[in-house]
Amino acid sequence: MSFDWGTVANNWKFLIIQGLLGFGAFGGGTLRLAIPAIVLGFILGVIIGLCRLAHRPWIHYPAVLYVEFFRGVPLVLVIFWFWFLIPQITGQRLPEYTVALTAFVVFEAAYLGEIVRAGIQSVPRGQIDAATAGGLSYGQMMVHVILPQAIRNMMPSLVTQFIVLFKDTSLASIIGMMDLTKAAQTVSQREIRPFEMYLFIAVVYWIFTYSMSRFSQWLEVRMSPERAPTRRAALREAARAAAA
Amino acid sequence: MPLTGFLGIQYDFQWSVLWTGEHGQWLVQGIWTTLRLSTLGWVLASLLGILSGALRTVPFKPLRVLATAYVEFFRNVPLLVWLFFWYFGAPQVLPRPAQDWLNVHGPEFWSAVVGLSVYHGARMSEVIRAGIQSIPKTLLEASVATGLSVGQAYRLIIIPVALRLIIPPATNESLNLLKNSSLALTIGVAELTFMTRQIETYTAKAFEALTAGTLIYLVLCLGIASIMGQVERYFRIPGLIARVGRAEH
Repeated sequence: MSFDWGTVANNWKFLIIQGLLGFGAFGGGTLRLAIPAIVLGFILGVIIGLCRLAHRPWIHYPAVLYVEFFRGVPLVLVIFWFWFLIPQITGQRLPEYTVALTAFVVFEAAYLGEIVRAGIQSVPRGQIDAATAGGLSYGQMMVHVILPQAIRNMMPSLVTQFIVLFKDTSLASIIGMMDLTKAAQTVSQREIRPFEMYLFIAVVYWIFTYSMSRFSQWLEVRMSPERAPTRRAALREAARAAAA
Repeated sequence: MPLTGFLGIQYDFQWSVLWTGEHGQWLVQGIWTTLRLSTLGWVLASLLGILSGALRTVPFKPLRVLATAYVEFFRNVPLLVWLFFWYFGAPQVLPRPAQDWLNVHGPEFWSAVVGLSVYHGARMSEVIRAGIQSIPKTLLEASVATGLSVGQAYRLIIIPVALRLIIPPATNESLNLLKNSSLALTIGVAELTFMTRQIETYTAKAFEALTAGTLIYLVLCLGIASIMGQVERYFRIPGLIARVGRAEH
């Protein structure tokens, strides 16, 4: 068995520019799908998380149902559902990219919503009491007191979930969207070099996910409350340097 | 039964497609394959997880580095890529007899088993490591201070506590494995999602087929989660103020 890494080198443009970045005739692209999916999924996740914490039952229970439903089914099935439902509802075939993006946002929001909920619940109750006693409104309390602490607590799990989402974008290739996985599949069928091709994209995926997980570890240390005094000192130092 | 009206969608429901002809049998076969694949993958993933989790704590550095490299590389790459790698790429570097064995015994299923267990083994290893790390060092010191030997302390205190702490995240991870086994359809394993798609292709009744698949996965996942929730409550550690994590799925 001899390896031929030349095929990877010869096709790198198609794999990286088209597959990873999404510039080219096929549209798609792993990053072009992952970045909006993360942003929109997080926004929907915050809404779902806040709904789950609501006291009114008609807001609370639908959110619970949403989370439990999507966490009980495989993502592949959710993608197939949207693949079938979107043309039924809109009456027209939408590009694979739109279908995949919708499926990811809806699916991942269930997981992200749970993280947001846990993050808000991790803030001690006394903080709410103190904010209320201080005369803050619900909105002021959320924005200035609860969410800053909650986001600090949920940051590590949030980044972990973003890594999961990034890996999950490979499933868009199942409905034919041209992402990194689909690009490798296409090249590998033509060149009959599956071993080299899949190992290569494994490394590309790994570079992104591993940097994200290192970033999460760094954040965890940097954002821990014990580090706050040094951080404030550093900020003071920076302010003094800027003033001088 | 034609149904119209909702959002202007026209769709003719025919739930009978789920059991007419061979379709019911397909679904049952699909469930059986999904369970077989997941169980086999789960056993192997747990073994790999325990082995690599243990190797990451030994005092011999090369072994530690090897185990860490395994965990960090395999869990950070999409499972789909690994399935393609194990199915399309890996067999060509195997020796001839192994290739022949695979071709006789169905390369799809065994590639999926290897892909699932190697990927989830790496993730399981992280779960086990986090469980062990969540036990304070003082627990061992306290056990020894009461007169237990280190061996007794591990056997009677540390391992029972660690196992109970691991139940919720390990359940979570096992359900992930069950749901991820659906990816095996991409390499042609006739598991539940594959059969759902097959019914859809033969009958053009996507709504009914997808509903059947979705409900079966929901029942499997929620069923396992509630059983494990009972187990978790039964084995709850009385001294702990709150449960460390809940059985997420």
